[in-house]
Amino acid sequence: MTDTTAAPGKDRREQLKSLFMALGMLPILVLLAIGFELLSGKFLTVNNISIVMQQASINIVLAAGMTFVILTGGIDLSVGSILAASAVGAVAVSLFEGYGMLAIPAGLTLGLAFGLMNGVLIAFLKLPPFIVTLGSLTAVRGVARLMGGDTTVFNSNLPFAVLGNGDFLGVPWLAIIAIGVIFLSWFILRATILGTWIYAVGGNQEAARLTGIKVWLVLLFVYGFSGLMSGLGGVMSAARLYAANGLQLGQAYELDAIAAVILGGTSLVGGIGSIWGTLIGALIIAILSNGLILVGVSDIWQYIIKGLVIIVAVALDRYRIKGGART
Amino acid sequence: MTTANPILEMRDISKTFGPIKALQNVSLRAFGGEVHSLMGENGAGKSTLMKVLSGAHRPDPGGEVLVDGAPIELGDPKASKARGVAVIYQELALAPNLTVAQNIFLGDEPHSNGIVNQAEMTRRTAPILKRLGVGFDGSTRVARLSLGERQLVEIARAMSTNARIIVMDEPTTSLSERETEKLFEVVAALKADGIAIIYVSHRMDEIYRLSDRCSVLRDGEYVGTLEKDEIEANRLVSMMVGRDLSTFYKKDHTPADASREILMRVSEIGNGRKVKTCSFGVAAGEVLGIAGLVGSGRTELLRMIYGADETTTGRVELEGRDVTPKTPGAALKHGIVYLTEDRKELGLFLDMTLSDNISMAVAKQDSRTGGLRNFKAAARRARTAIEALSIRAPSARVNAGSLSGGNQQKVLLARLLETRPKVLLLDEPTRGVDVGAKSEIYRLIDELAKEGMAVVVVSSELPEIIGISDRCLVMREGRIAGEVVATPDNPIEQKAIMSLSTGAASRTPQEESQ
Repeated sequence: MTDTTAAPGKDRREQLKSLFMALGMLPILVLLAIGFELLSGKFLTVNNISIVMQQASINIVLAAGMTFVILTGGIDLSVGSILAASAVGAVAVSLFEGYGMLAIPAGLTLGLAFGLMNGVLIAFLKLPPFIVTLGSLTAVRGVARLMGGDTTVFNSNLPFAVLGNGDFLGVPWLAIIAIGVIFLSWFILRATILGTWIYAVGGNQEAARLTGIKVWLVLLFVYGFSGLMSGLGGVMSAARLYAANGLQLGQAYELDAIAAVILGGTSLVGGIGSIWGTLIGALIIAILSNGLILVGVSDIWQYIIKGLVIIVAVALDRYRIKGGART
Repeated sequence: MTTANPILEMRDISKTFGPIKALQNVSLRAFGGEVHSLMGENGAGKSTLMKVLSGAHRPDPGGEVLVDGAPIELGDPKASKARGVAVIYQELALAPNLTVAQNIFLGDEPHSNGIVNQAEMTRRTAPILKRLGVGFDGSTRVARLSLGERQLVEIARAMSTNARIIVMDEPTTSLSERETEKLFEVVAALKADGIAIIYVSHRMDEIYRLSDRCSVLRDGEYVGTLEKDEIEANRLVSMMVGRDLSTFYKKDHTPADASREILMRVSEIGNGRKVKTCSFGVAAGEVLGIAGLVGSGRTELLRMIYGADETTTGRVELEGRDVTPKTPGAALKHGIVYLTEDRKELGLFLDMTLSDNISMAVAKQDSRTGGLRNFKAAARRARTAIEALSIRAPSARVNAGSLSGGNQQKVLLARLLETRPKVLLLDEPTRGVDVGAKSEIYRLIDELAKEGMAVVVVSSELPEIIGISDRCLVMREGRIAGEVVATPDNPIEQKAIMSLSTGAASRTPQEESQ
């Protein structure tokens, strides 16, 4: 596409190129929305869009944290488990008479603490992120069950339930939180020195070290941030359900978060990617889930179609980027 | 030596990529039994010409390539190979997990009905390896071989196809001195067998030693060919850059003498392994060369001073204060900076912009809020650096990966200079950089010394060390084996450095006088 536009300067072309890179999956998002509308006739209603946003919101928050991690060339497999532990913790704290609102900071702190634990192991003991977070995927799941006494913790009078079910001027609070997280992430990645360091560490970790960048600080931050986002996801999830179950909640959420980041064009090797891509990726996944149900596709086929769409979309993307690089 | 008819004749080869004319009517002739060197700056068209020869590129219509007087089909790698053309690329194309024999016959395995005939393969490999005089056999896994040995496997592969024209593209870039010697022996043997060798290199000393003739390309055009007795550095350089370089190496700064105060003193630094214990001082405004064979511990020494590698002993003093850095960040704070020898792997952020690359180390001090980027300052720094170091880039917003080697090196230097250092540690500052950029980097080093910086340069190119240093330390097996000082009447002698680095002068002058 960039080839056919008359480029007044190389600079301009670079900008266009990066714009297309960022928007890469937007056309697919639009096509899916139109397709489901044509097939079902009720996809593009205010009510349904509100539902899609609500459904996408937790994955957007997790995927935002995941974007930071993957930008440094790492991976965080533990987000689903941390989400469960934070949700159980939040609901448990909310049961204390009079201190119910402390549930929110409690959930966030739990998430942050688990994330920082991952970060310490990765940054200081120099263990591979895949292995560290694979371990905490299992271990934190156990902690979540332990905290809830291996049953569902429940609070029918949850003080922050409005976050999960209410709205502000018609926009669900969950969606507002997700958009807020996206903007915060964008701000950190784009405008702060830390953001530049994240890209630098992902692009070339040894060069970053030789440039005087505190690589450990960057790693600690990204895993801590991912944990914090998982904690936020836990709070959101508890707010929505009035309950949390340490065994079932958040199972396989890490896969949807990783899929969203990859669909968004972020390189698994690190150093390349944007938060806007992740937002679009997460929306594509949410639209697929919602649309397939509306169209009446069976549960089994939903899995198959979702998986194939992810593979095809990323394949198309790789092809497009390669084509762009050749010019 | 040269027979009347050339083995290879390339006539009027042109190649355009979109608007870029990579080659314009280039002609080249090579005879059997000669080493024909091909020189030119990066981007002069050497690689493109060799790719036309190998069939990887199809040239524009009008040109032809003749082997033994008969034209070959252009743009077909198989046809080139069948007519005896073999190319050994810079990036070796070997599968490390396979054996030497498997690599030699890769894609061309002797087989019956699809089953590889291992015995036949081993049988055919043995005589080739014997002729190359190597110390490994066909069943050795390539992963266990050194880079130099892998190069020999590539050559063996070329010989297995009975190649008559072998192209070597900067074969010694990553070889040690000894491996280079071995390669030269092999080149001589190939030559004696009547094979034509086209030798692409940036290293003058290799060109002198090996070439029977040397052709020069510039901006995609053929400049000329020198016969063996005409080959001479200044002449070659001026052919390559298209102007006369009165002084290629520049030494305008006043060399330090004993009266000059020592700026940085390194005492007894070492890690007990690659670097034993090394002590030296460097004065402000001095260019100190560090020579030595590959593996003698030069890079490790610089990295230790910079705090990038751990040390077990020693101190670094700057202006009399102990600053021994534990991390690169600490060294930077004290004004000691290090230029890595491997700019792509260890230096640049290839997917980030020039502006980000240049301001990376100073982003924090530019920030007016403590945490937010100051994009204006970064852009300003990039603009001035591009100007001052004449970095050729379309803008500060292009990615560092899109620049040529020489310009990438300048970007890395710019990043260091933005921190306003007192001591520059430069590790192979001109590796893989073309002649024009080389002379610019020499000029820059000279200017920085004039401004009062202490510059320490590690280099494997002796003419470079001799050309720019005031004083030269020679390392051998992790120790400083000796020192050679230049005086106005007596420049540093290559022989003196070589004998120190190889241990030929292991007896010190004092011992001799006793």
